[in-house]
Amino acid sequence: MNGWLLAIVQTGVFIAAAPLFSGWVKWVKCKLQNRRGAPPWQPYRDLNKLFGKEIVLARNASPIFRIAPYIVFSVTAVACSVVPLLAVGLPTSALADVIVLVGLFALGRFFLSLAGMDIGTAFGGMGSSREVTISSLAEPAMLLAVFTLAMSVSSTNLSSMISTLLQRPFHLYPSFIFAAMGLVLVALAETGRIPVDNPATHLELTMIHEAMILEYCGRHLALMEWGAMLKLMLYAVLLVNLFLPWGVALTFAPAALLFATLILTVKLLLLGLALAIAETGLAKMRLFRVPQLLGLAFILSLLGMLSHIILEVR
Amino acid sequence: MPLFIAKIAVTFALLSAFIPPLLAHWPRLSKLLAFTLLGLAGLSALVAGGMALLHPHPLHETLPVGLPWLHAQIQLDPLAGFFLVIVGLVTAVIACYGPGYSREFESAEQPLAPLTIFSGLFVTSMFLLLLTADAFSFMFSWELMSVSSYFLVSYQHHKVENRSAAFLYLLMAQVGGLCILLGYGVLAGFGTDFSFTAMAAAQLSSGWQTIAFLLAFVGFGMKAGIVPLHVWLPQAHPVAPSHISALMSGVMLKVAIYGFIRFTYDLLGEIHWTWGVLALIIGAASALLGVLYALMQHDLKRLLAYHSVENIGIIYIGLGLSMIFAGTGHPALAALGLVAALYHCLNHALFKSLLFLGAGAILQQSRQHDMEQMGGLIRRMPVTASCFLIGCISISALPPFNGFVSEWLTFQAALQGSVLESGVLGSLIPVAAAALALTGALAAACFVKVFGVVFLGLPRNPVAEQAHEVTFGMQFAQIILAACCLLFGVLPTWTIGALTSISQSLLGEGLPEASAHGWLWLTPVAPETASYGAPMVLLGLLLAWLLAWLWFHPQRRRLPMRRGAAWDCGFGTLNARTQYTATAFSMPIRRIFGPVWPIKEQLVAATSKHPQRYLLQIGDWAWQKIYLPLGSLVLSAAKRTAMIQGGNIRVYLAYSFFTLIFILWVLV
Repeated sequence: MNGWLLAIVQTGVFIAAAPLFSGWVKWVKCKLQNRRGAPPWQPYRDLNKLFGKEIVLARNASPIFRIAPYIVFSVTAVACSVVPLLAVGLPTSALADVIVLVGLFALGRFFLSLAGMDIGTAFGGMGSSREVTISSLAEPAMLLAVFTLAMSVSSTNLSSMISTLLQRPFHLYPSFIFAAMGLVLVALAETGRIPVDNPATHLELTMIHEAMILEYCGRHLALMEWGAMLKLMLYAVLLVNLFLPWGVALTFAPAALLFATLILTVKLLLLGLALAIAETGLAKMRLFRVPQLLGLAFILSLLGMLSHIILEVR
Repeated sequence: MPLFIAKIAVTFALLSAFIPPLLAHWPRLSKLLAFTLLGLAGLSALVAGGMALLHPHPLHETLPVGLPWLHAQIQLDPLAGFFLVIVGLVTAVIACYGPGYSREFESAEQPLAPLTIFSGLFVTSMFLLLLTADAFSFMFSWELMSVSSYFLVSYQHHKVENRSAAFLYLLMAQVGGLCILLGYGVLAGFGTDFSFTAMAAAQLSSGWQTIAFLLAFVGFGMKAGIVPLHVWLPQAHPVAPSHISALMSGVMLKVAIYGFIRFTYDLLGEIHWTWGVLALIIGAASALLGVLYALMQHDLKRLLAYHSVENIGIIYIGLGLSMIFAGTGHPALAALGLVAALYHCLNHALFKSLLFLGAGAILQQSRQHDMEQMGGLIRRMPVTASCFLIGCISISALPPFNGFVSEWLTFQAALQGSVLESGVLGSLIPVAAAALALTGALAAACFVKVFGVVFLGLPRNPVAEQAHEVTFGMQFAQIILAACCLLFGVLPTWTIGALTSISQSLLGEGLPEASAHGWLWLTPVAPETASYGAPMVLLGLLLAWLLAWLWFHPQRRRLPMRRGAAWDCGFGTLNARTQYTATAFSMPIRRIFGPVWPIKEQLVAATSKHPQRYLLQIGDWAWQKIYLPLGSLVLSAAKRTAMIQGGNIRVYLAYSFFTLIFILWVLV
């Protein structure tokens, strides 16, 4: 029972903290670009404002358009309950393994891109087309990267993956380094960050995510935006907890949880910093260069897997 | 008892073929009777198959028909029972759908009788095929199946494309049938007679075993539609009536898989791991090429046909993994791969039939094959749209629907590849898994395109604007299949529990762990290795949705929802021509995977009559590189041979004379 309670609390923390992480990345980016920048908690204000606004629906919007934000949000929320944030061994972690997690992301994306097609504007269709193209290249790379880890610890359950990694003596596995590099590239593509997509712009011919949700407003837009922030946080937590698992609590003792929170905060702050630096230093790619980036991610993941099979087995 | 019910099913199917045409004077009664009998046949097959699956005692019987020294033998074991369930379920659903759908054929000049007769025979032949236990009656049912479906494909034979598709289908079915016959011939040559028990007992050398396997692989693969033997599928499926396409694609391909499993696992004896490698490579190639070709199609039913190639590829990946594990001495993992493949057979039968029925409903209403002419149908046909959406989600392998479960099991089987000693196999299997992942993601992309272009957006054609919902029977059929898609996705443990009796009988190993932790958790290997709680995921999704909805519900916020015009960038009203088309949607993928297709792209300059036009033709490499050269080779060989036929009686007499001399020389 204790475990279930902790799982619910952890999911709540996850959902509540996601805007803060996005705000932090934005704030650091502003500092790096010599701008004053909004405080890190600005996303909460934005969301609050959007929830308070009335909705204007296009006349030909179908029910798909109206249920899509709820589906996107709830799929991401369920994904949050599966990814170990502070502690491993929670009962919700048995709900879904990492393959199901990828499937859940795909389900959210399916409805997101359908919503883009729904009104029949050229922008929405363009965004959907680009989104499914990029994600269909990113998904195999991601699966291959997590397969590398899964084969190394012989489990696809995220919780037991992390606890196995924590409990065995530290080694620098080449396969892990390759997989981590692959997963970083996938995360950039999947969360719509520079160099694949620019989360800060609107009405650019290069945009992807914003083009799909261009017709949304009010609470629908808020749910979509929150879903995107959750996704960014999910990938961030996946990266830091899978590849740098130290600090994740193995027991439900309060002291361990407190320590885990502290360590996780530091890890996420550092990751946010790195992301902001990368986004400041890099330029957005042309759309048709993105497949090369994702091809690189795929090759890296494949190298990781092959190096695991050739070097690390037996 | 199950065998008796199965016989009843066969009888009903036969009656549905032959009774209704006798009542040709009462067309309505005849149609109703035909579909009722077909539905009863389907239901009894469902019951018989279910009983055989749940109470696994193989039943044998010898029927007093056939050649005097070779009576027809029938048997019903779990494997046959499972496929009988698939055939029966889809047939019963088709029977609900048929009366509404075949309404348009009543007014056509073509009488309905051939459709009734050959549908009945087609279903009968599939039932018989699953029940037979000797090669002779197997081949008889196999040929009956090919021929009756040939007549169904060529039903609307006034159209040229129907005739040519049907001919191609018959040709390939016959070549495939010949390969299977030779495969049985090899087995029978080493055994004592043609019954399956005698063949299974035969002792073959490993070389002959491989020859028999290859013959069966090609023969059954041709019917199942593996690359590069798939070319008849995208021709034959679009032209057959839609409920027949559902039967052919959803069920007949599965019957070919049944034949392959029966031949390889049951009759051949020892499984060699190299066969698994072949199946794995061909399966991965089929899956990937199938989905890539599907992405480029605009004809809705042709697109679905290419997706059958993809899904058969996924089934072959599962079978390949299972055969590799079986050949290297890991029966438990072999059972996992086999169960994954069988589960995908069931799932594909469900969602592909659902999608073909949906496509038929759209076709009936919009009278268009071309997706570029549809659009906005969700408002005109809400039930069809909802069911089609469920089909799209299921075939894209997204949780919590059924397609995901079988792909997840296949992934789990692939991840166990590290138990193998061979490093080459160890790296081949993950690459196949990566191909499977790419396939799944591309399938999702394809079905976003399909649903978005067909059902969402603005209607692109006045006919599409006039569409309305189909008859109740047609809706009911789709709802049943959609419900099954959800059910088999959310409660996989029960199905897997039933499927283990098949792996138990074929490999001597079940999956005891899979359902050891209750119906909530699916744990194929061990709970700490991987678990999937499908009901809990669905519950979590619904809960999160409910919470979000309650929190932000309009009544809580007291905010109205206003309708307005879509934002058009200030350029004036949007119309259907400004929205994204299917061609435009798949353009980035076409550019990225360019060399996969033979593409002909052409811009026709504007004239006084036509505006500027963009022509795009996408072919099939298998057709251009294998079949066209093969066809011209056959043609030129035929021309060469025709030279001996001069029409001159003296030359013919000379032929006879020399033949006679030759025979005398040989004999004496």
